[in-house]
Amino acid sequence: MSTEWSVRAITRAMLPVLLVLTVVELGSGLVLGSFEERLLASPSLLVLVPVTIGTAGNLGSILAARLSTAFHLGTLSFSPRDDVLMGNALATVALAVTLFPAVGLGAWTLAELLGATTLSPVTVAAIALAAGVALAVLAVAVTLAATYAAYRFSLDPDDVVIPVVTNVCDVLGVVVLFAVVIVFT
Amino acid sequence: MGLRDVAREAYREALPALAASVVGGLVAGVVLGEMQAELQAVPGLLVFVPALLATRGNVYGSFGARVSTGLHQGLVEPRVRAGDARLRRAATAALLNGVCASVFAAALAVVVLRALDSPVASAGVMLAIALLAGVLSGIALTAVVVVVVFAGYRRGHNPDALVGPIVTTTGDVFGVLFLLLSVRAVLAAVGLLGGGA
Repeated sequence: MSTEWSVRAITRAMLPVLLVLTVVELGSGLVLGSFEERLLASPSLLVLVPVTIGTAGNLGSILAARLSTAFHLGTLSFSPRDDVLMGNALATVALAVTLFPAVGLGAWTLAELLGATTLSPVTVAAIALAAGVALAVLAVAVTLAATYAAYRFSLDPDDVVIPVVTNVCDVLGVVVLFAVVIVFT
Repeated sequence: MGLRDVAREAYREALPALAASVVGGLVAGVVLGEMQAELQAVPGLLVFVPALLATRGNVYGSFGARVSTGLHQGLVEPRVRAGDARLRRAATAALLNGVCASVFAAALAVVVLRALDSPVASAGVMLAIALLAGVLSGIALTAVVVVVVFAGYRRGHNPDALVGPIVTTTGDVFGVLFLLLSVRAVLAAVGLLGGGA
């Protein structure tokens, strides 16, 4: 295979998608901007922002990569009885349940070291856990939908699913964090 | 493999990389937490943060995947000193696209926030910050991706498995860190020139 390694060929392949994804990300930025005052008032929540966005995107992209490999190997079927599908979905939620309380406590501890925190560690851990579980469920749904769509339109899931899932999960990360913060504080 | 085995294997495989990226994300969060003064001084800056961080992942993740495929195919020699022409072109393209996307995000943020009647810093300040942050974090990430992928490959690791965790972990940290530096530099320059932000 002779993929062209010229600046022009790479840019032509990458830039259009990149600009579309940037527009999507700006949507998540606008949500973030809309609760900027609340974030600035609670330093532990501000610390939570990058890690929540990043972990949501990572959960989605790891699931997408695994499903895509299973798809190429022919071991994946889109049925709720499919062990590969359900096992990976279950693992995604379990990962969120393991990681997010630690994320919350970590964010609170770091914010406390930086200066005064306004929320209790339990509240921040609860916010992180609730956001994390909601995000894991959404990441599973988005990944399944994107992988299925790639399969229906006979696209290679390796090319399309991971960027779509990562960026959609980034946006959902901010939206879910926003919703959870409103419920909990 | 049964459901339980699939779930257990997927969990075990993903946990270390995710835990590493969580540490990176928290460090990025600390830097963002330290940026409160800058966020207030440059209204609209926070709106631009997710796009900046995502660009890092999208561009340099894809650059890393390309280098790693090139190594597998024998198109790229795993030595930084070799100054491989393909590698230089791929790095140039990544840098160019990354900076383009950053500047585009800042320009669009200014346009949208103005249309929404939300407070936003001047276009000059936002674009200068985006340009500087895009160039600085791009250079740093290109270097990290190349060095780590080459070093990993020469030690017999699969570069495909290295790229994702490296880019997500260092991308967030460098993205926010160089954003902070760029904001401070641009605000200092504006102060020196005596203009209002």
